[in-house]
Amino acid sequence: MTTTAPGATPAIETHDLHKHFGSTRALDGLDLTVAVGEVAGFLGPNGAGKSTAIRVLLGLLRATSGSARLLGGDPWSDAVSLHRRVAYVPGDVTLWPNLTGGEAIDFLSRLRGKPDKKRKSELLEAFELDPTKKASTYSKGNRQKVALVAAFAADVPLLILDEPTSGLDPLMEAVFTEQVRRATANGTSVLLSSHILSEVEKICDTVTIIRAGRAVESGTLDELRHLTRSSVTAVVDGEPSAVARLDGVHDLATVADPEGTRITFDVDNAVIGQVLTALSSLGVRSFTAAPPSLEELFMRHYGDELPGGDGSTSDGGGAAGTGRHAAASEAGAR
Amino acid sequence: MSTAVAAAPAGVAPRSRSTLTGTGALVRFVLRRDRVRLAVWTGSIVAFYAYFTFALDTIFASPVAQQGRAAVMETPAGIITGGPGYGLDHYTTGVAMANEGITWVVLALAIFSILHMVRHTRAEEESGRSELVRATVVGRHAPAVAAAITLMVVQAGIAVLSALAMVAVGDLAAVDSFAMTVGSALSALVFGAVALVVCQVTAHARSATGLGLAVFGAAFVVRAVGDMRATGGSTLSWFSPIGWAQQMRAFVDLRWWPALLSVAAIAVLLWVAAVLASRRDFGGGLVAGRPGRADARASLRSPVALAWLQQRGALLWSCLGLGLMWFATGTLLPEIGTMIGDIIADNPVAQQVFGADSSQLSVIFLNVVILYAVLCCAGYAIVMAQRPKHEESSGRAEVVFSHPVSRYRWFGAQLAMAALGTAVLLAVSMYAMWLGAVVVGWEDQTFGDYTAVVWTYLPALGVYLGLVAALYGWAPRLTGVAWALLAYTFVVGLFGNLFEIPDWAFKLSPFDWVPMAFSGDLAAGDVAVLWAVAVLLAALGFVGFRRRDLVTS
Repeated sequence: MTTTAPGATPAIETHDLHKHFGSTRALDGLDLTVAVGEVAGFLGPNGAGKSTAIRVLLGLLRATSGSARLLGGDPWSDAVSLHRRVAYVPGDVTLWPNLTGGEAIDFLSRLRGKPDKKRKSELLEAFELDPTKKASTYSKGNRQKVALVAAFAADVPLLILDEPTSGLDPLMEAVFTEQVRRATANGTSVLLSSHILSEVEKICDTVTIIRAGRAVESGTLDELRHLTRSSVTAVVDGEPSAVARLDGVHDLATVADPEGTRITFDVDNAVIGQVLTALSSLGVRSFTAAPPSLEELFMRHYGDELPGGDGSTSDGGGAAGTGRHAAASEAGAR
Repeated sequence: MSTAVAAAPAGVAPRSRSTLTGTGALVRFVLRRDRVRLAVWTGSIVAFYAYFTFALDTIFASPVAQQGRAAVMETPAGIITGGPGYGLDHYTTGVAMANEGITWVVLALAIFSILHMVRHTRAEEESGRSELVRATVVGRHAPAVAAAITLMVVQAGIAVLSALAMVAVGDLAAVDSFAMTVGSALSALVFGAVALVVCQVTAHARSATGLGLAVFGAAFVVRAVGDMRATGGSTLSWFSPIGWAQQMRAFVDLRWWPALLSVAAIAVLLWVAAVLASRRDFGGGLVAGRPGRADARASLRSPVALAWLQQRGALLWSCLGLGLMWFATGTLLPEIGTMIGDIIADNPVAQQVFGADSSQLSVIFLNVVILYAVLCCAGYAIVMAQRPKHEESSGRAEVVFSHPVSRYRWFGAQLAMAALGTAVLLAVSMYAMWLGAVVVGWEDQTFGDYTAVVWTYLPALGVYLGLVAALYGWAPRLTGVAWALLAYTFVVGLFGNLFEIPDWAFKLSPFDWVPMAFSGDLAAGDVAVLWAVAVLLAALGFVGFRRRDLVTS
């Protein structure tokens, strides 16, 4: 899935990136790679450090330690020259209240140097944005559209989008998806931070899940699915306690069924072969297995550790998450 | 049947109350939210009353000093900064409080009133916070009424405490003390009501504050000009709410009915505001927005162009307002000249206080006027130099910085535009005064003299810009400290000699390094030092801003 040629410089590469605000560790050793031409999803709940990472990449914040490279340059010291080749859409767009949307788009395009009038009007039409209104009268969605039009109108090799569709209606989300595809068709790399999982599932090649300032999962969606669990529902004749005792089977529940016993459970994908063998010995009447949705992946990293999730334990939780990741990788390799 | 009858009134509140539902809760909310701010305003103003009383009662206790002070209050400068001049022939502590204090007390209370009303009505609406509140069980007029009620409560508290302070500190007559504080509070509340009206007209909090302050400025000028025409005020004085408090003649020959003018004006203005509020949409003003440009004009292509677009409105209005004010002051200069001559000739006490040389005295007076004019420019400089901070905290700077724009280029553009605007405002203020004087035939100070003033004060203003820049670069939260320097400059410039402060304390004021205006001795100051300090501070600001993180939400 990853399209990087060996040895090519990634569009974005951070290694052990730290950013501390006083005693708060907003980034705590983040590793993130976006290969050239790839759409990388950047997932995490509010406060996980997504926006901080993006602001470090844009040279708005200075990293405390660790390395970050953007299109082969240093995000802090080469900010100006890098920004000729980067377009950015923040999650919460504020504009100059006395400028119209059209004026703001033109101003931003001219800062980058090569405004494309035709592309601007195409995009205005696609996003159904009225450029003659003062920014102070725009709704959140319309402000977002201004930033999106300005970003997509730029012909740049890297797009950094920080929750870009917040405030957009589903029709506009579809327009957004189409524009991202169009950009990637031209070879543009994209970093898309989001917590709309269906959006990420639809357009991203790879996903990095971040928690408490560090990456807890990363890889292609298929890889991530492989490392996790599937949900199984089956109706069997025999007594399922043997299955329940297997390593890698979780949350098994049984319900009486006219045809036998209905069992539902989650299973680690790494051990699914052994589970099938055990199941088939029970006499299977019906069987369905669903791959985990991204949402389930996501919830697995966050949902189970929510109780007691204050600042001190979330650090430990992050470490535990990484540990489990390592264990799962091992299992996957076997 | 009976259940239906009983259910109707329970489900629908009576119509008369429905637009005010929730007012009580909002009043408590405002008091809770602003408890520190309101306490600081209250404390400061009560302290001012107490201190002013104390100072008059001790420093100016002797009859000779009191009459010397009264002589000053007969001069135009005394009338502009003081009052209509009741009781000048027997100028005791109470009389001086009422004659000189009311203008300043009303100034402070009016600014407080305008800011409070805008803050809790239009600013809330513009930010969208009020939308959350109004979506709950809260009537249409409740936020405005809650703002007005809290303002009145706090003003009443200030009036009572201040009067008690005057009685306690200066042993002044209680009834007259209360008349002065209550009259001042009512006068200030008129401006609060004005602010509520303009909040309905314009959709923007900043415009509303500006309009409210402009109305106060007009009232200030009208009162000053009216009082200058005759001792005790002329007909014109009665057109200014500030005059209504002064015309109560506290400590001289107290009358209460002028306070009714304030009460009536407040009632009428609140009624107008209510009518206007009922006719407009939530979030909108009465002036409907027009469609703007679909494409930016060709010139909008750099951070400098953007900074100009953002600052030009404020610059235009400041030039217009202050230009008119200093023009008007200029037209009064001949009157001041003759009046000062008369006073010196007739009044041995004034000779004692100011020296017998009347030409020197008029230069001293002019320098006080210049001090005011330049302080206004310094205020403009501080406000404009803080614009980058608002750009940053609002997130707009972040958008710009994601483009190929360096920190130096952006900050340089913002600061250069602030500096240019400050210089323009200073030049407009000075030449307006010169023009006003020339129009009425007063040519003691030439165009060249005023040009010299502009050139010598320019680096002093640069120090304020530089200070804000340096603070912004290293500690953006502390940029407000520049206001403390402005207040310090004001106090030192006006009262430094009176308090006999040490030499180094004078030197902390940027204006102290500037040669005295119109003195013909331009080498007396150390303007080069000011240039160096201004440039150094600004450079520090650039270095700091280049190094630090952008403050993001």
